[in-house]
Amino acid sequence: MAEAIKYRKERIDRGIKARSDTIYMLSSYRELLYILFPRVLPISFLLLSPIFIGGGYWGKVIFYSCTFALLALSWDLLASVGLISLGQALFFGVGSYVAGGFNFYFKWPLFLTIPLATFGGALICTFLLVPVLRLRGVYFSMVTLILPLLFDHLIETLEILGGTHGLLSLSPFPSHWMAVYIAVVSVILCLFGFRRLLHEDYGFVLRGIREDDRVVMAGGINIYWYKAQTIFIAAMVGCFAGALMTHYYQFVGRSAFALDNTILPLAGVVLGGSGNFAGSVLGTFILVPLSEALRALGGLRMALYSLILIIALATLPEGIFHYLERKYHQFERMVSI
Amino acid sequence: MEIIIYGITNSVTLVLMTLGFSLTFGISGLANFAHGAFYLLGGILTWVFMNELGIPYLLSALLSIFIVGLFGFFLYWGLMLRLRGLAINEVIATLATAVVIIEVLRYLGFSGFTYVLPEFIKGSIQIGKSWVDYQRILLVAIGIALIIFLFLFTHRTKIGLSFRAISQNERTAISLGIDSDWTAALSLSFGSALAVIAGLVILPLGSIDTQIGYDILISALAVGIVGGLESVPGILVASLILGFGQIVVATFIKAQWQTVVTLAAIVVILAVKPSGIFGKYKELEERV
Amino acid sequence: MADEVILKVENLTKRFGGIIAVDQVSFELKQGEFLGLIGPNGSGKTTLINLITGFVKPTSGRIYYRNMEITHCPPYQIACLGIARSFQMVRAFHKIPAYKNLIVPLYSPRVRKLSGGKYGERDDMAIDLLDDFGFERDSFVPYKPAGSLPHGYLKRLDLARCMALRPELLILDELFSGMTMSEVSATLPLIEKFNREGLTIIMVEHRLKELFRVANRVIVLNFGRKIADGPPREAMSQKEVQRAYLGTETEG
Repeated sequence: MAEAIKYRKERIDRGIKARSDTIYMLSSYRELLYILFPRVLPISFLLLSPIFIGGGYWGKVIFYSCTFALLALSWDLLASVGLISLGQALFFGVGSYVAGGFNFYFKWPLFLTIPLATFGGALICTFLLVPVLRLRGVYFSMVTLILPLLFDHLIETLEILGGTHGLLSLSPFPSHWMAVYIAVVSVILCLFGFRRLLHEDYGFVLRGIREDDRVVMAGGINIYWYKAQTIFIAAMVGCFAGALMTHYYQFVGRSAFALDNTILPLAGVVLGGSGNFAGSVLGTFILVPLSEALRALGGLRMALYSLILIIALATLPEGIFHYLERKYHQFERMVSI
Repeated sequence: MEIIIYGITNSVTLVLMTLGFSLTFGISGLANFAHGAFYLLGGILTWVFMNELGIPYLLSALLSIFIVGLFGFFLYWGLMLRLRGLAINEVIATLATAVVIIEVLRYLGFSGFTYVLPEFIKGSIQIGKSWVDYQRILLVAIGIALIIFLFLFTHRTKIGLSFRAISQNERTAISLGIDSDWTAALSLSFGSALAVIAGLVILPLGSIDTQIGYDILISALAVGIVGGLESVPGILVASLILGFGQIVVATFIKAQWQTVVTLAAIVVILAVKPSGIFGKYKELEERV
Repeated sequence: MADEVILKVENLTKRFGGIIAVDQVSFELKQGEFLGLIGPNGSGKTTLINLITGFVKPTSGRIYYRNMEITHCPPYQIACLGIARSFQMVRAFHKIPAYKNLIVPLYSPRVRKLSGGKYGERDDMAIDLLDDFGFERDSFVPYKPAGSLPHGYLKRLDLARCMALRPELLILDELFSGMTMSEVSATLPLIEKFNREGLTIIMVEHRLKELFRVANRVIVLNFGRKIADGPPREAMSQKEVQRAYLGTETEG
């Protein structure tokens, strides 16, 4: 057997210094293109796809994908400080109900309710979650998991906020295009904003907290304050997604707190690869259209996402995006031994 | 009087729902979010064995305890072992497993009044002015028996002691020749089996609905959060607080307000002592 | 200024369950002193450090830093007052480039107040600082992920992380353990220099020879109790100390 192996795979970095963390002079169009291509491609895809797809059913799918991508981005941000949320539905639901409630009961226009839901909802979520930060381990996951389920129960049994029927006939977006482009632009902003943030000094503090919070504390930094800030930002993104969806549907109901809103973004992140935000957008943009195509399966779709989640966890732990990134930056060839 | 009786049965129900979850978590640090799903699965398996295959009740109950226990065991060997050490993945994987089980069962339509498990003994007894059915009394008895059994098990038997060793210090336990993966897998399987036992005792009081898969998880987590996850006295006290709280609210205000009690308890405990009443999490200051 | 008491510890006690890790320890530390903290394994040295830096809360007793009580302050506040500590076991952000490890202390409120610094500037500060600790700026070393560096480098990275905080009191927990002789002899003069420049230092160390070269006072702990306090030679000549290190006479 030993003689049979004559070649081995060798991985080589592309010989362009632009890959480095620090700044280098870009000396050719090739290098410029090399850097710009992976950035321009998703932006142009996101911006142009609504136009090509149009307003019909698949136009809606683009919108859903964007809202779930926002939830996935918010999850990924939390994960980057080591907080594992199992309750994206909490952010989504709180945002939905704040926007829906103010629109339904006070008839406030959506340009008021959406920002209000974004900030107010994020404040509510942050206050609910901050006490858990003092604990380590899975407590955060448990509390985030249980809160949306409890809120769901609460709305059902107490028949507040529309009870099981939900709040109907909320004010719609002036046009489909506006809704889609608000969603698309916010995904792009969050994606590149978060990526940028994690390369700032602030981001390195966050990453430090994820790796070893004690060293960060010994470095004179209040980790709870930073974690709370991260929760607030993540909750803002999640609540914003909820508020968008509410006004797009013109309806908010208990489904906003449903476990689907946790599982689907989570499956997206795990499939796409966590830790770099691009993976989460990629993952959701694969999963959401797929799940729309499989609408006939009904309730089984949830089981399907979860199955994808498990399989991706076990077989593809780094996610699709990392794989693509590696392929882009390195090439492989066989060399004789 | 009614409040006391129902309070006690409700509290013991909560204890039963939580024990399995807490056992697994206390030993292997694994938050088994599939706990509720196992509870549901056990109930439905028993029903299928009895009504579709015609196996006598006792046998089908034992069979489903065994099968779900085995399922828990293989869940560990097949999936958790690959993901062990990455807290993110463990948590996600158990939740995903739960969703798969519950949603598939829901898809297959295991909900409604036809799906009822038999009571152990039919009939009821009058205590004071109120009627209590035997099942509830039995439930309390079984709950107490299980707690005592678990205590003896973890303090007296060899497996139990190795469980405790793992939960106290995994590395030292490994160096003393305790196979930590084996014990962790066993703990998951025991926790799952306990979930089924809880299901067999509690489910006859109503009909099976797939939604309870999530509801049980909520109850278990709520009790765990309020009481402190891995502490058995914490679970007992939290169950009593929540159990009586729910009954008191249900009798004096409205049955629908029970959820409010749970939510309020969680929010209050998180604000006051986030590690739970008897939780040791905060005192676990690592000796850096 | 020179004789100002910088740290005062009063009757500090810490129990872990039934074990008394630190038992009624009191001492005062003056500005500019170099204190060696020694004792056999398990004598409570690290716990004492954890207590002073707020990582562990004491069962009883008080700690004062410049006449301000810090007994119940959280670790980050204590760090921001200017008490920096290193860790006995190597702790670093393994996936982050070595120089970015220093961003954390440089980003703390304390350093931001003292020296400001914007994005990029902090990188330069970090690289400058690391250069002093043997991470040559023109080599690849400071830019590699900390996890890929050898143990001795990580120990020095830890020291650099402490110095990035611009401390007034530096607490080193077995800095030299696991370092090679040449690394020790390269690092020791640095620490000596910091002390000469006015930095107060507490150093836990098992390498007594190196420690006694630099320390002008030692405290010996045994079973959580302070059994000796004074200049190195005097402290070590006490009978109780010798017994703690060598065992009782009857045992032999």
